[in-house]
Amino acid sequence: MITLAAGEEINPLVPHTAEIIVGFIAFTLLFLVLRSKVVPMFERAFAARTEAIQGGIEKAERAQREAQAALAEYQSQLNSARGEAQVIRESARVEGAALLEQMRAKAQEEAARITAAASAAIEAERTAAVVSLRNEVGALAIELANRIVGESLDDQARQSRIVDRFLDELESQKK
Amino acid sequence: MIRLATEGEGFKPPSAKDFVLPPIFGDNAFTTKPIFLVFLSVILISTFFILAARKAAVVPSKLQYAGESVYGFVRDNLAKDVIGHEFMRFVPYLFTLFTFILVNNIFGIVPMLQFPTMSRVSFPYVLAIITFLVFHYVGVRKQGAFKYIREIMFMPGVPKAAYILITPLELLTFFLVRPLTLSLRLFANMFAGHLLLLVFILGGEHLLQGVIGLKLISPFAFFIGIVLTFFEFMVQCLQAYIFTLLSALYIAGALADEH
Repeated sequence: MITLAAGEEINPLVPHTAEIIVGFIAFTLLFLVLRSKVVPMFERAFAARTEAIQGGIEKAERAQREAQAALAEYQSQLNSARGEAQVIRESARVEGAALLEQMRAKAQEEAARITAAASAAIEAERTAAVVSLRNEVGALAIELANRIVGESLDDQARQSRIVDRFLDELESQKK
Repeated sequence: MIRLATEGEGFKPPSAKDFVLPPIFGDNAFTTKPIFLVFLSVILISTFFILAARKAAVVPSKLQYAGESVYGFVRDNLAKDVIGHEFMRFVPYLFTLFTFILVNNIFGIVPMLQFPTMSRVSFPYVLAIITFLVFHYVGVRKQGAFKYIREIMFMPGVPKAAYILITPLELLTFFLVRPLTLSLRLFANMFAGHLLLLVFILGGEHLLQGVIGLKLISPFAFFIGIVLTFFEFMVQCLQAYIFTLLSALYIAGALADEH
């Protein structure tokens, strides 16, 4: 390559004026175009994309939060419903027991009342019976006394016979 | 090649001369191929990205996705990761830098164009000067001119005696080595890569015109030329990345309170 030094010596490190000028102009031109037309557009696209992605993430997060809130609400509702049911059951049980108790008391009262009425009736009947018996016994005694007085009562055997007859009569009368 | 030369076949190995392309229209120095390519790159990049970014849709089309991938790569992997929270101010610059260098580099292997613009040293110089101006401007704006220069010259946490050695080195680094290496790295890679492709492809072509034995060898030269084309593609992307990354690093350094 050194042999080529036939004509002028060429030093590739020496710059060329026209090229220097063109280099500056071309670079500046390209710089201005890219800076004004390309970089802002790409930046806008990047920003929009970032925003879209962040928006999507935020939306997803919001949806998740909402879902969790709804779940919590449902659970609390379920719990309160369960509690309520428990309360209702409990109160029904208590009420039922009270009702039962009440009814039992009522029945007992009724029974006592019936018993009392029955015993009162019995008592009344008994009293009536006693009264009538007393009357009857009195009448009978009078009748018996009449008969005894009417007959000659000399011996014991005869007396007893009379009494027996009387009783038999009484017996037959009863039938 | 030496053998060829001795055989007197007249093969001229590609040289720096192959990078000096004459003006297309008359003597106008502004009508050379590299200059057209630079403007072509501006048109291509602008058109592509304007079309890709036009809708700025949340769900991107394929075109928008392609544009966004490149933009997102520069924005996040280069600007954001390197510069930190103030990165957005520098995204347009770094994005322009990356796409401009990348497309001009790739011109080196695009059929019909096949010339990496950055193998003309003027363009890397321009880009390095811009980066140089940007990062010093940022440093001065951020820390004030006096403090910025002082921080460069007298690196904090260094023994006083060491300044004799470090201060000139630091000045050299910040004001000469950085722009120079930045531009020369890009230039040299593109220059050497293009030269390499020329050697194998022009060499293969030349072999094809030789005697039968040489004709048989020429496919190998073409094959290597194709392999090197893929290799070049990698280098071209890498160099665009490195230039942009270093620019971002220099900016980050100027923004940081302490180096």
